[in-house]
Amino acid sequence: MPGAESRRRLWALIAPPAFWLCAFLVVPLLLLSAYSFRAGMSGAFFRDWVPTLENYRILFATPSFFELLAVSVGIALVVALTATALAYPVAYYVVFRARARAGVFIVLLLIPFWISYLLRVMAWKLILGSSGVVNALFMSLGLIQEPISIFFYSRVAVVVTLIYVWTPFVTLPILATLYRIDRSVLEAAASLGATPAQRFWRVTFPLSRPGLIAAAVMVFIPTVGEYVTPLLVGGSTGAMYGNIIQDFFGRSANWPLGAALAVVMLAGTLLLVVATSRVSRVEQYIG
Amino acid sequence: MPRRLWGLPAYYFGLLALLYLPLFVLLVFAFNDGTILAFPMRGFTLRWFEQLFATEALMRALRNSVAVAVGSGTIAVVLGACGAIAFVRFRFRGKGTFMTVALLPLYVPFVVVGVSLLLLFSVIGLPRSLLTIAAAHTVVSFPYALLILTARLVGFDPHLEEAAMSLGANYWETLRRVILPLIAPALLAAWLTAFTVSFDEFAIANLLAGAEPTLPVYLYSQLRMSARLPLVIAMAGLVMVLTLSIFFTLVWLRRFVFRVPAAGTVRAR
Repeated sequence: MPGAESRRRLWALIAPPAFWLCAFLVVPLLLLSAYSFRAGMSGAFFRDWVPTLENYRILFATPSFFELLAVSVGIALVVALTATALAYPVAYYVVFRARARAGVFIVLLLIPFWISYLLRVMAWKLILGSSGVVNALFMSLGLIQEPISIFFYSRVAVVVTLIYVWTPFVTLPILATLYRIDRSVLEAAASLGATPAQRFWRVTFPLSRPGLIAAAVMVFIPTVGEYVTPLLVGGSTGAMYGNIIQDFFGRSANWPLGAALAVVMLAGTLLLVVATSRVSRVEQYIG
Repeated sequence: MPRRLWGLPAYYFGLLALLYLPLFVLLVFAFNDGTILAFPMRGFTLRWFEQLFATEALMRALRNSVAVAVGSGTIAVVLGACGAIAFVRFRFRGKGTFMTVALLPLYVPFVVVGVSLLLLFSVIGLPRSLLTIAAAHTVVSFPYALLILTARLVGFDPHLEEAAMSLGANYWETLRRVILPLIAPALLAAWLTAFTVSFDEFAIANLLAGAEPTLPVYLYSQLRMSARLPLVIAMAGLVMVLTLSIFFTLVWLRRFVFRVPAAGTVRAR
């Protein structure tokens, strides 16, 4: 086909999505970066833009920001690793043991994930909250005299809720990797005398590592930026880094400082993605 | 074959029970005759469902959410189809960059996407509204649409297009009458995925909502008022039916689109 003709078609196809992504993704992120170097919120955006490093100075001089960042990274790590570890046996069972019923088992696993996240968290409040199912049960059995809140409004509550929310979801990338493992490799290992345990630890598990890493990254990124779960179940002690960002763009109304905090988070997650992209890429497990 | 491990099925069904427990509790309370969500239960009622349809704010939030999800889903799929065809069928410079940028929303925490758009809209002087939420949702559901459609396009033979064109169809006719029908199941899967990404999204919508709330934003505002909770739960039951029917459509579509079971039903956040 003639080159100019082909070029015109390409432009017609690529221009709309490219424009849209520039307008609503690239430009906003650039604006955010620019805003983090701005002194104060007053005046016109560009005309009164005074460049400053003050926001970053405050950021680095305020230990509580870094503590909260460390806490968020810690929470995200714990949640990502735990959810991945909890999901692995499930995926293994579905792929290697469930056989013909595998499809049904996967669907059963995914249904709860399609129920609104807010509602699932609310349901746990009904179960574990101070007037919830567990407390009512314990009180009627005479085990306790007053309702206890073992679960709600703490950092532990945030972690447990997030693990609960993500575990069914991370089963999917792991499933995808396990399905890609060539069964004949396992048969070869068996015919060469490997025991089932050896076959698992020396064949299946190493081959599923890229999927495990993708799964952990898929949980880590949204979790490290969480601000909703802490609002719902975190109480006064369960705040995460995302909550300060939201707060600076909301009630506290210090957008430049909030932008600096957001830029730090953005840079951190992108570094993580680049670092893990050689081993595995999240997008291979979607679609 | 290795010996059977009884622990695995026990583990699977144990986890399943934990996953379904809250849904079961929600359903039970949707029919409980009392405003206090606690045990002991009061008795069976349908009045929450009757009140549901009479609660104007709730129905309004539901309509808003549907409008935002339909609008953003449609835009994401149209743009995703353009992007996927360009990506699979053409060679061009900056292809890698295009893909990286398009998939960026998968890698950026939603709070960052949210505040950056909040900044954009305040700079250009666009007040927060359902439109700003919808614009944000197109960006975050675009990667899903693009990946689902790319996967489908890779799977079929480019000679079909060449055949159509050698029989006299021009390029755009070929797109409309050959390519689009071939990827129709993937288009539907992509649209439904984008729809649900938007329909369920709270973190960004909460930052960008103006006076009109989407359903998750409205639900969140109601969570503090305990008298309204049974209504919200009844609503939850209805929404469950809607999202589950979408989910089962996707599962059904998957057989036409994908080889790996349950791929295409992946949806983060």
